[in-house]
Amino acid sequence: MLFYILKRLLATVPVLLVVGVFIFLLLRLTPGDPAAMIAGDYATEDQIAAIKENLGLDKPLINQFFIWMSNIANGDLGESYFFKKQVTELIIARIEPTLSLSVVTIIFTIMIAIPMGIISAYKQGSWIDRVVMGFSVIGFSIPVFVIGFGLIYVFSLNLGWFPVQGYQRLEMGVFQWIRHLILPALALSVIFVAFIARMTRTSVLEVLGEDYVRTARAKGQTETKVLVNHALRNAAVPIITVIGFAFAILIGGVVVTESVFNIPGLGLLTVDAVLNRDFPTIQAVVLLFSFVYVLINLVIDICYTFLDPRIRY
Amino acid sequence: MKSQNAHSPFRSTLFRLFKNPSVLIGGTLVFLVVALAIFAPLLGTIDPNQTSTSTRLKAPGYEGVMKIYTDEGRVKVPITYKMGSDTLGRDVYSRVIYGSRISLVVGISVAAIAISIGMLIGLIAGYFRFLDSVIMRVMDGLMAIPAILLAIAVVSVFNAGLMSVIIAIVVPEVPRVVRLVRSIVLSIREEPYVEAAVTAGTRVPSLLIRHVLPNTIAPLIVQGTFIVASAIIVEAILSFLGLGIPADEIPTWGNIMGAARENFQLHPHQILYPGLILAVTVLSVNMLGDGLRDTLDPRFSKRL
Amino acid sequence: MLTKQRKNKLFGALTAITLGLSSLASGAMAESVLRVVPHSGLKILDPIWTTAYISRNHGYMIYDTLFALDTSGKIQPQMVDGVSRSSDGLTVTMTLREGLKWHDGADVTADDAVASINRWASKDAMGQKMMTFVDSLKAADSKTIVFNLNSPTGLIELALAKPSSNVPFMMPARIAATPSSEQISEYIGSGPFMMNMDEWEPGVKVVYEKFDDYVPRSEPTDGLAGAKIAKVDRVIWTPNRDIQQAINALNAGEVDLIESVPPDVLPLVEDAGQAYTARHSPSGLQYTFRFNVLHPPFDNPKVRQALLYAFNQEDFLEATMGNPDFYQTCKAMFVCGLPFETDAHMDGLLESNFAKAKELLAEAGYDGTPVTLMHSTNLPVLTNLAPVAKELMEAIGMNVDMQSMDWSTLVARRSKQDAPADGGWNAFATAWDAGDLFNPLAMAFLNSSCDTALFGWPCDEQIEKLRDDFARAGSFEEQKAIVEAIQARWVEYPTHIHLGQFYTPAALRNNVKGYLMGGVPVFWNIEKN
Repeated sequence: MLFYILKRLLATVPVLLVVGVFIFLLLRLTPGDPAAMIAGDYATEDQIAAIKENLGLDKPLINQFFIWMSNIANGDLGESYFFKKQVTELIIARIEPTLSLSVVTIIFTIMIAIPMGIISAYKQGSWIDRVVMGFSVIGFSIPVFVIGFGLIYVFSLNLGWFPVQGYQRLEMGVFQWIRHLILPALALSVIFVAFIARMTRTSVLEVLGEDYVRTARAKGQTETKVLVNHALRNAAVPIITVIGFAFAILIGGVVVTESVFNIPGLGLLTVDAVLNRDFPTIQAVVLLFSFVYVLINLVIDICYTFLDPRIRY
Repeated sequence: MKSQNAHSPFRSTLFRLFKNPSVLIGGTLVFLVVALAIFAPLLGTIDPNQTSTSTRLKAPGYEGVMKIYTDEGRVKVPITYKMGSDTLGRDVYSRVIYGSRISLVVGISVAAIAISIGMLIGLIAGYFRFLDSVIMRVMDGLMAIPAILLAIAVVSVFNAGLMSVIIAIVVPEVPRVVRLVRSIVLSIREEPYVEAAVTAGTRVPSLLIRHVLPNTIAPLIVQGTFIVASAIIVEAILSFLGLGIPADEIPTWGNIMGAARENFQLHPHQILYPGLILAVTVLSVNMLGDGLRDTLDPRFSKRL
Repeated sequence: MLTKQRKNKLFGALTAITLGLSSLASGAMAESVLRVVPHSGLKILDPIWTTAYISRNHGYMIYDTLFALDTSGKIQPQMVDGVSRSSDGLTVTMTLREGLKWHDGADVTADDAVASINRWASKDAMGQKMMTFVDSLKAADSKTIVFNLNSPTGLIELALAKPSSNVPFMMPARIAATPSSEQISEYIGSGPFMMNMDEWEPGVKVVYEKFDDYVPRSEPTDGLAGAKIAKVDRVIWTPNRDIQQAINALNAGEVDLIESVPPDVLPLVEDAGQAYTARHSPSGLQYTFRFNVLHPPFDNPKVRQALLYAFNQEDFLEATMGNPDFYQTCKAMFVCGLPFETDAHMDGLLESNFAKAKELLAEAGYDGTPVTLMHSTNLPVLTNLAPVAKELMEAIGMNVDMQSMDWSTLVARRSKQDAPADGGWNAFATAWDAGDLFNPLAMAFLNSSCDTALFGWPCDEQIEKLRDDFARAGSFEEQKAIVEAIQARWVEYPTHIHLGQFYTPAALRNNVKGYLMGGVPVFWNIEKN
């Protein structure tokens, strides 16, 4: 078991390496010159060259890459060109909002999608089923920001139930914290509810058709027991696969949602960094997100072994 | 009783396609959007880039006079803004109609390019064992970066514009196509008739083209449809964030909404109208894809 | 003997009284916090190193100046107690006021002032001009600054009272010793507020606290001059990228003041009735269109002159401000409402006379070379300028290649002298605070010293001579005459085009009072009730 985990962990290294090389190369090709921007309006060519040397931008690409990699291995993600602060500091400051948004979104999604999927499976073919499936197709067709603006229009501008903007830190009070997160989390969860409800429905349907379910029912087990002990257990694998995959989309969705609702998280940090050609920040954030994604997939792989004894690596 | 031989498998597939409700509804809607794009100039539109500083930010239905510069100097042109006007006095209705052109162009180009490149790489990876692990590592790496972030990173390298947006959206889509094609190649390799062909001395390119390729067509068509839908959304997101196609070059649904953000509370129509038509378009493409998958190839196509 | 009931009642009453008293006490000791939404995020904390207005505004919070302008534009002493001149005008002596302290407790000395002036003058155009008159600048003792000049001039006080970028802020000598090509790394000043470094989140939040040891002047507050009294304990700046969100926060009471509200969204403030509008600048800002004279077609002054006839100010102002209450056309280069306002030589210009413009273009031999027009897309006040410029240029038959980019990219690109096809540029539009434009020395775009000029690099001896004459002019009448001569020369050799004046009001909650008309947004004198 432990060996398996270690093996998987090691397998993430080449993946992350590829990510690192790709992002590094990509950003070095950008036309905007950060040295010129840092130097300011009155800078002479000499001053720009001096800054370039200072930041190490004049060395050959290979050297720059290795310097960057070794820094990361030491936990140094570099210094932001524009804020003149350690990128690590910037990230830590902005992690809470993104994390809060993601967690609340996932909770919403699971609370809504799984029951939806189960009900759909049980009532297959009925109008409920059709509505749910219809909703799910609509769900991944409308972009997050359109849903976001729609929600703001109805619930903030017209009904005034929720604030239009911003984020309240948890330490300032749970009520305001959740109040500011409801609309963004709802907007973001729509696409996931769509995916996961569908997946749940399909998996549960598959399982419900299996022989052992018929046997269980024949033995007189209550429907709930059948559902929990058999159907969900076996449907769990594909559902969790989807949840894991959905994380990748979650991260992307967070960027847009933070932009619409003006939440000062990692997503907004990325957009700002791109607009400012702030290489170190862009590199660090993309690397971080990729790492998280890879990690989550690893966790899910491990979950498989608990959920389905048939899967052994 | 009809003779089975009279109907080729192609024709029977076609029949099944048209009987599938998703294909019918989705396909019709897509057709309508395409018609909208092609016949844009005939639908009561004006030049979507025509500005008029005296009639900015008017509500839908406003009837007024645009101040336009022509060779003769300043000219006054009466106008009814069916969907209101934007921050430079441009007609939102015209921009929304013309916006369909870019969305479709981006969607279809991205799908075509991603599939071509993905197919090539997938075939190589599936067939040449020694290249396989390297290629798949790279693909895994690319897939580890969330698609939007990857698109944002790629687009930041180039100057804003149509080509850079297309390239930026193609990059995250390629790995999935590669995976799909590769898995098909891998499963076909084991088939007896392929082994027979190899024994008979058939050369690799011929093998790939005559045996592998035909099996990829159906799943790739389905995958392609979903790529179109996803590309349209990603372009909208990029343009909305200000990282895609600039609003003054060509209108796209994304950049119409992006430019309208700062006045959303007073003029929500500028976001809601393009948002609506974007949603309907993507929805119809997704429906079409769903239907295609159900009829053509339930086996191989995984939306995910 | 107290019954149980009575005991409970008594206990309850005591508790209530205690709670009430303590809340009264804490109420009396509660800090007043002014929550401001500035127009942009603060990233660079060195107001000498950059001309960015947000850094300038930050400077006004924590630094102080030797002189300052009052609301009528007169120069008043601020940190300086008195100024005396020798009879030949070649020695200027200034004494610092008593009791001035730095935020770290040290006394402000003349050495600090000398170092600060030197650092500022090494970067600022007006400062550089001032220093051409100065043979030596020294601290005679801990409170006395002495200028030895090579010819008499009033430029010293004028330059040191400069209200806008770069402002000659005073810093401790050890900090001012940092070369002006590098940014400072310590932020100690002698202004009415101190910066709280622990709570600073770059781009997200800046926190200032009242500096208790600040010694305000005894005169009443008047613009940027007079007593600078901080009437709140803390000021917190949190920029908001979406102005509507900021207004919602204002209406909900989550913030108290928004520095700049575009007129398009003003109805959101007015309709809610929770806040009112105010302005800090009587003359507002001026839009300008800048040429790059290094490359065709704008290397030909006649082509640039054609635009003087092709453009009109109304279109630009309508496209950006929309509401005529917030803009005015003004043909005076040196800003309407300020001393050097004049529309001499401006007849017929800026009225979109396309016929005349086309004539000039033909005379100039314009051959269709495209104009690479940079268009910034993420600063709402500027976004609509380039499209209007494009339309007007195309109306007279020019080819325009408008390239959209974000402001940071534009800033990087405008410093490149390469040909447009190689990553350079031909034109772009921006805005300046009136305080940066009010005379030929302050107006950066007028500087025509070729290589050392600002991006655009105009190169004209006549304009430079006139600017020099202005520096040496003895009387206001002389100066005015020179200004008119400059405008005449500008028609022949345009360095930039002024596109009209505008201002975006600030919005303050109804219980916030005391916003000053200093020309620059400042936060002393503001109180919350």
